[in-house]
Amino acid sequence: MILASLIMNTQGKPRLTKFYEHLSVERQQEVLRAVYSVLSSRADNLCSFVESDDIFGPDTKLVYKHFATLYFVFVIDNAESELGILDLIQVFVETLDRCFKNVCELDIVHNFNKVHTILDEIVMGGQVVETSSAEVMKAVQDIWKLERVGDLNPANVKGIGHYRNSRS
Amino acid sequence: MESWATDIVKKAFKQGSQGTVDQLKTIGRELAMGSQGSSKDFLDLVKAIGEAKSKAEEERIVLAEIELLKKRIMEPDVPRKKMKEYIIRLVYVEMLGHDASFGYIYAVKMTHDDNLLCKKSGYLATTLFLNEDHDLIILIVNTIQKDLKSDNYLVVSAALTAVCKLINEETIPAVLPQVIDLLGHPKEHVRKKAVMALHRFYQRSPSSVSHLLTKFRQILCDKDPSVMSAALCALFDLVSSDVKAFKNLTASFVSILKQVAEHRLPKAYDYHRTPAPFVQIKILKILALLGAGDRHTSENMYSVLLEVLKRCEPGKGEPATNISNAILYECICTITAIVASPKLLGMAAEITSRFLKSDNHNYKYMGIDALGRVIQINPDFAEQHQLAVIDCLEDQDDTLKRKTLDLLYKMTKSTNVEVIVDHMISYMRTLSDAHNKTEIASRIVELAERFAPSNQWFIQTMNQVFELAGDLVPAKVAHDLMRLLAKGAGEDDEEADSLLRSSAVESYLQLLGEPKLPSILLQVVCWVLGEFGTAGGTHSADDIIGKLCDVAEAHPGDTVVKGYAITAITKICAFEIAAGRQVQLLPECRSFMDDLLASHSTDLQQRAYELQVFLGLGPDIVQKVLHVNGSGEEIEIDTDLPFLQEFVDSSLANGARPYVHENERFEMSSGMSSFVSTSRTQQEPSHALRFEAYETPTVHTPSASSSAPPSLLPDFQEKKPESPRSLRNQLAADNSQVDLLGPEITRLRLDGVQKKWGRPSAPSQPPPVTTSNFDQEIERSGNGGSGVSERASSNRESTPAVHVYTEKKKAQPEIPAEKQRLAASLFGGSSGKRDANGVKGSKPAPNRPAAGNSKEKIPSTAQAPAPAPLMDLMDMGGGDLFSAPVAKASYDPFKELEGLLDGPSTAASTSTPAAPQKSSSIDFMSLYDSTPVVSHNTVPSTNDHDFLSLGLTSSSGIEPMNRPEAGLLDLNEFPANSPLAGLAGLEQSSSSSSTSLPERKGPSLQDSLQKDATTRQVGVTPTGANPALFQDLFG
Repeated sequence: MILASLIMNTQGKPRLTKFYEHLSVERQQEVLRAVYSVLSSRADNLCSFVESDDIFGPDTKLVYKHFATLYFVFVIDNAESELGILDLIQVFVETLDRCFKNVCELDIVHNFNKVHTILDEIVMGGQVVETSSAEVMKAVQDIWKLERVGDLNPANVKGIGHYRNSRS
Repeated sequence: MESWATDIVKKAFKQGSQGTVDQLKTIGRELAMGSQGSSKDFLDLVKAIGEAKSKAEEERIVLAEIELLKKRIMEPDVPRKKMKEYIIRLVYVEMLGHDASFGYIYAVKMTHDDNLLCKKSGYLATTLFLNEDHDLIILIVNTIQKDLKSDNYLVVSAALTAVCKLINEETIPAVLPQVIDLLGHPKEHVRKKAVMALHRFYQRSPSSVSHLLTKFRQILCDKDPSVMSAALCALFDLVSSDVKAFKNLTASFVSILKQVAEHRLPKAYDYHRTPAPFVQIKILKILALLGAGDRHTSENMYSVLLEVLKRCEPGKGEPATNISNAILYECICTITAIVASPKLLGMAAEITSRFLKSDNHNYKYMGIDALGRVIQINPDFAEQHQLAVIDCLEDQDDTLKRKTLDLLYKMTKSTNVEVIVDHMISYMRTLSDAHNKTEIASRIVELAERFAPSNQWFIQTMNQVFELAGDLVPAKVAHDLMRLLAKGAGEDDEEADSLLRSSAVESYLQLLGEPKLPSILLQVVCWVLGEFGTAGGTHSADDIIGKLCDVAEAHPGDTVVKGYAITAITKICAFEIAAGRQVQLLPECRSFMDDLLASHSTDLQQRAYELQVFLGLGPDIVQKVLHVNGSGEEIEIDTDLPFLQEFVDSSLANGARPYVHENERFEMSSGMSSFVSTSRTQQEPSHALRFEAYETPTVHTPSASSSAPPSLLPDFQEKKPESPRSLRNQLAADNSQVDLLGPEITRLRLDGVQKKWGRPSAPSQPPPVTTSNFDQEIERSGNGGSGVSERASSNRESTPAVHVYTEKKKAQPEIPAEKQRLAASLFGGSSGKRDANGVKGSKPAPNRPAAGNSKEKIPSTAQAPAPAPLMDLMDMGGGDLFSAPVAKASYDPFKELEGLLDGPSTAASTSTPAAPQKSSSIDFMSLYDSTPVVSHNTVPSTNDHDFLSLGLTSSSGIEPMNRPEAGLLDLNEFPANSPLAGLAGLEQSSSSSSTSLPERKGPSLQDSLQKDATTRQVGVTPTGANPALFQDLFG
């Protein structure tokens, strides 16, 4: 299963952290630091897998991708396919890009609850539920449509409008 | 091989990171967007944190934010929009590592909100904040229940997402019915999530959903492929826990995989033109489980695997996509896991080669992994790819390097061990983190122990490991190395051994030139120099002693190393004296010794005193005390102390009270008010450490005014503290706790004893704190050849031995027969040989005892000073080493000693019932005649000659220490003729007292008497390989 999904920037600041097994806040920070120190020490052309048994226990791996200022990291155990997860990250980022139109770090910082929603559609309880970017988009779109109905704040309507425009 | 999307994304990211201007623009855009959850405050917070110059500044900002939120959030009537924003900010704050627990309750409250937006935020926050055992969960279960029944499918799926994180074992039943209902929900989106939730329940508590296992099978047939694929996740877990139960699903899985591979699913499931790759991967994983070791099941998969492989092959001229490679790799895993056809194996090998040849590091990594799988079926396959493997090994990528070393580790044979270990060592040089270093060090040690081509190489390799990994290496490895040196390669080739030793000495002397060495290596160095430093004759004693002093000086804080050093010096001095040369201590050594004489560590002090004593002794005595090169010798111990029979008999004849076993003593005296000490006996049986203050000795009220032989008993009792410990056995001290405890025992004992002997009828009680150690120490220190005095010292000797031994024993199941054979051929000592001798011959160091030898005695480990962590003392008390009867027999020799001592002292009142004695004696005797070998052998004999000789030293009337002397010469009055036997006998009398009782089982009496006679001659039972061992002692 997937033990955690993390997004952090190249300075080591967490941008999104989701642990599928509960860790205390202190432990989370420890883990983030350890992951960052591993990732930051790796050059770009190296392989995308890092064995992380010293961080997450035996038979765990970090599968990561480096985009501009961000690392997307999935922590997996033996039951997941490394290359598959690599593509899952791709799906995740593609979806983000579709949602935010030319996604950048700041989009993720400011909308991290949205990003959580997207991630929840892809990974649930540590298992991959959806791997199609289009399907995820559809689900997220539904949620946001409803949210718009439930929330009459004009700014929000505008936000969704912006997103809708970007889709069309 | 990046997809178009990646390029777009990357471009976008680059744009975003071009500079602050861009960032500000983006923020402007954000503001214009007014995206949900963010207000100006939040944006300001993020911006402020982003611009923080230092960690401290960031901290300050976040703390201020927390204060602000605390205040705001508690205000009455916060509009829910605002509240939602606060919650989002809390999540953010906690993500940065700050405690936001004050707001958890508000997040929980928010899940009750009717507004979906708020509800979702509430669920998001609670799933991030709380774990499933949090107290607040109970408040949320009701909401979840309600939401699961909602008409709005978005509410339902939000609740299902929360269920995955928040529901624990106890609350599963509360939501389970609703979740099961949702399996029939019209929306596939919801069904999918319900399946996931059920899977999560299964992970949390398999029993809670055990009645639903058939449900998962049904879901597999769901008309929507995404729901089916969700079920695969659950089924994968189910299959891995019980393969047999799901064998009948093989056909279903195969047909699903076939349909998927043949593009029968809607186009929407394609990913980069590969049909539903994640479904394929999951099914392949499941098939690997189902087909493992099952030819019939495997055969059903052949065609579909071929199909999948064929479909994944890239077309001409186009590169394989990442995801199709993922499937190919998964195919290899499946093919190597099941009973595969040669054709499939051939294809797997071919794909593996392609991966290995790839330029992409990810594929290389997968290739190395696949190679590791393929060679388990076809070991020859590795050869074709040697070069590729070497390339990966020399790659700069750490992950790849580690993976390759993993592979090599699996491939190691005795022919290539040197090369592979070389690579591992050079890799270890580059490591800095303890975890990986420990791991690789343990692998090197394992390989070296398994495949070492020569002892020389082994020693050098170990030295490197110690040097690089230092104290990360388990102490056991060092002890094995020392034992190897002590034992030599074989029993016959003395020359090769001494060559080995002198080469070790040379390499260590060289090593000492290095600036920084880990403590454990220094211990080995000290030991080796002390033991063999002067043996070759190439180095003078002064040289070595000087080096040893340097070592000790360079590590003023390391008492263990100091202890090793001073003991090594003692040994060298003793060797010199024994050789008849005058020893003139170097001034630096003298001052070192003086330092230690005043050391705070009683252990070091003791060692220093011993050195001092040795310096004052004549050559003939020292020679007897310390044998040159005596480290490899072994001593058999007879725990029954039969040679004391005579003494016991005569005591009994003189009206001494017969020995009564502790338990019986308690039983029979529970009614006797006069037997005051029973109350204490009662407290003792657990032998746990007690932490209350020592009781006043007045507890030992005499029950009957008795006339103990005053000259006899006090004398030998007091010998205990005053006698010096043997030299070598002191090496064992590693754990400072033990270091402290050892001498402590001695001292405390002294006090208690003196008081006790004033009132002789009470069984002597060791002071409570030391009881457990002392008992156990006696329990396993062989009693045979040594005087009472060795007890205190032998505990450090024996315990390590036992400790090492247990480890070995535990390790046994892991050692394949092949490994043992190899190790045996490598290091000369074969278990068979030992068996044949009926003695434990020298045990070759790195290889472990054969399973059949588990009852064999441990070789004397005086030369292998394993450290004795205090805990191990206790472990041994647990007695997983001792067979039951032995454990019983040796249960508490100390108490038995008490009993014996009681006897004479209460000579006037010898009306002790006979029955208890008898039963106790039966314990011993049955042990003795039914399992003599066991009783001899299971008790680790750790007494070396040193013990014996020390006994001699003391009994010869030489004042061994400047401690209270209490009539050493009185020993001559001892009933046994030989002073040695007298001395040694004291110890033995403790446990053999039972054997000396008049009521005795017939045949065993003869046996024991015979043994007794032999023992008396030599002080120990010479069942060892060389009965002439003690000749030099007795002329």
